Amino acid sequence: MQLNWFKYAAPASFFPLAGKIYPWFYVLAAILAIAGMYIGFFVAPTDFQQGEAYRIIFIHVPAAWMSMFLYLVMAFYASLGFIFNTRLSSMMARAIAPTGAMFTFLALWTGSMWGRPMWGAYWVWDARLTSELILLFLYIGFMALQAAIDDPRRGDKAGGVLALVGAINVPIIYFSVKWWNTLHQGSSINLTRAPSMASIMLWGMLLMALSFWMYSIAVILSRVQCVIVERERRAAWLQPIDQQST
Amino acid sequence: MNPAIHNQSSSFAMAIALLRRDLLLVYRRRSDAVTVLVFFSIVVSLFPLGVGADPSMLRLIGGGVVWVAALLSAMLSLPRLFSSDFADGTLEQLVLSPQPLALTVGIKCLAHWVSTGIPLALMAPLLGLQFGLDSDALWVLSLGVLVGTPILSLIGAVGTALTLGLRGGNLLVALLVLPLNIPVLILGAGAVDAAQSGLGAGAHLSLLGALLIMTLIGAPFAAAAALRISLD
Amino acid sequence: MLKATDLLQLNNLACVKGERLLFSRLSFEIPAGSLVRVIGANGTGKTSLLRIMAGLSEPAAGEIVWNSQHTRLSRSEFLQDILYIGHGSAIKDELLPAENLMANCTIQGEAFSEPEVHAVLEELGLGERLDVESLSLSAGQRRRIALARLWLTQRPLWLLDEPFNALDAKSVEQLCLQISRHVREGGICLYTTHQSVDIASDRQLTLPLDAFCQPAKAQSEHSGLNGLI
Repeated sequence: MQLNWFKYAAPASFFPLAGKIYPWFYVLAAILAIAGMYIGFFVAPTDFQQGEAYRIIFIHVPAAWMSMFLYLVMAFYASLGFIFNTRLSSMMARAIAPTGAMFTFLALWTGSMWGRPMWGAYWVWDARLTSELILLFLYIGFMALQAAIDDPRRGDKAGGVLALVGAINVPIIYFSVKWWNTLHQGSSINLTRAPSMASIMLWGMLLMALSFWMYSIAVILSRVQCVIVERERRAAWLQPIDQQST
Repeated sequence: MNPAIHNQSSSFAMAIALLRRDLLLVYRRRSDAVTVLVFFSIVVSLFPLGVGADPSMLRLIGGGVVWVAALLSAMLSLPRLFSSDFADGTLEQLVLSPQPLALTVGIKCLAHWVSTGIPLALMAPLLGLQFGLDSDALWVLSLGVLVGTPILSLIGAVGTALTLGLRGGNLLVALLVLPLNIPVLILGAGAVDAAQSGLGAGAHLSLLGALLIMTLIGAPFAAAAALRISLD
Repeated sequence: MLKATDLLQLNNLACVKGERLLFSRLSFEIPAGSLVRVIGANGTGKTSLLRIMAGLSEPAAGEIVWNSQHTRLSRSEFLQDILYIGHGSAIKDELLPAENLMANCTIQGEAFSEPEVHAVLEELGLGERLDVESLSLSAGQRRRIALARLWLTQRPLWLLDEPFNALDAKSVEQLCLQISRHVREGGICLYTTHQSVDIASDRQLTLPLDAFCQPAKAQSEHSGLNGLI
């Protein structure tokens, strides 16, 4: 049984597996999204403080959760690739980065949209938004570093070191930004202080978070297929059938 | 140490020799070190020119401005850490040295800090005067920069090591390293603010010290790994 | 120096640069007292081979065994025995020749006194230039400072990548004599060069890299050389 799983650590075997399973994750993502948004937009009660505009929270908070979660997963895969010299792990890290950056941007954008009707400002320097901004820089740095390195193996390993250093820094950055936020008067604006959570709201956010997670898996699996094909293009299994030696 | 090998130098002698060599190199090209200080002053002067010279506002932003300028100046001098050694082949010899590579990185960062961080820390209070900071705040500013700049050198070492020989090197290093240095900025500038409002900067400076110790333990190994990757 | 039974073995080495497979299944035995010339056209991986041997690069496959010990496992012992001089001379513009040489030696764990260093530099024809910053030295003079370690060191295994570059005829001759002496005393020297040089030695081996290069078609099977993963 164990041998069977290890077989999928090779890009050539993982490629067809990824191709078979990712459509199912799109389906799951769609179902969960419909459920989550139904709750978020129709079932959850109007907040007496913030009115209807607060409903953006059903996208903003799950997106923020995903952005941080995906960074840790990316750092995990990148470190695996660096420590154990496995190519597929590093390819997964490369595939995760754009999706993680997308969710970070989504969190920032929806946060900005939330701020406008609430406090009349498109951007407020609250702790979460500022942390998300720094996280976006970390994602961009990771992608920029790998883009600047031509040799794919050097790019894999360098990304591994950078992602690991970044992952260790993320809690430090988060706490120092939180502290910075509490020190400065005038930032009583706090997007993180959401309306007192009726449990139904929590359910809505959870369903959306799961939906985003399923979506991420689907997108990342199909993206890693592209990465595999690009990296392994000289391998025997990718040559035209009539030119394969076997 | 193998007694059968003649002329073998002890690890302490190797470390001292490397430190001495790096400091000698900086000393013989003193203008490089001075350029960093001039950049520091220029950046600080840009802020009043940009936001106006209202004394009460300057006093509010002074700590932060000097800190941001110190960060950028430290970043400007980072290439000096490894790029010349990389270009002429010394870096390969350093990797082949019996001295652990993490220790070599640590020593180079020490030399970098002595030639960049300490002058910045000495100059910072002078620039703080331009913003009307009081003497308590100036002491805290100087001490903070003194404790914070080694962190900048160490994290900068990781960034520089990762980007050795790449195009767009300097900007890419800044992109990688500046977000990681944000906690140093927050703590350092926060310390000056705390000193100014009479709250005492002890907590900030202690946290900065803790951050320094953590970085000292981790960064040299990360930079050593990055160097081996870049030389592969 | 080395005992007559000392042996350097290259087992099944393979090298990938970027996405190209430079060479594979390279196995070679080098006994003590051998002078090995690595030959191959440009781009076949001569420098890469020397760097792999020094431990600067990881091979895509295979290993190096030095006196029955895998160099990857007993790295520090192996490092004490090798002297690698690559393309770069590791000479700093701002230091004097003697300072450069002493620093380079100490960094490698071998410390020498100033008189010893000066004597070697004079023997190599740099006696008049001892007081100038290395900035004003020619490429050939810098190369001589870099190679001066060969006159001071006790290490048995020399890896020299194009050591004769930029050297004038007299220096080339001096270097050839020094290498001959080293090999005669039981040391090993691997070198590459594009020039036609004649180094006297009893045991001369050639390592032709072309023999281990794969033709382009078969490369497709070898992508992903590190096992399946």
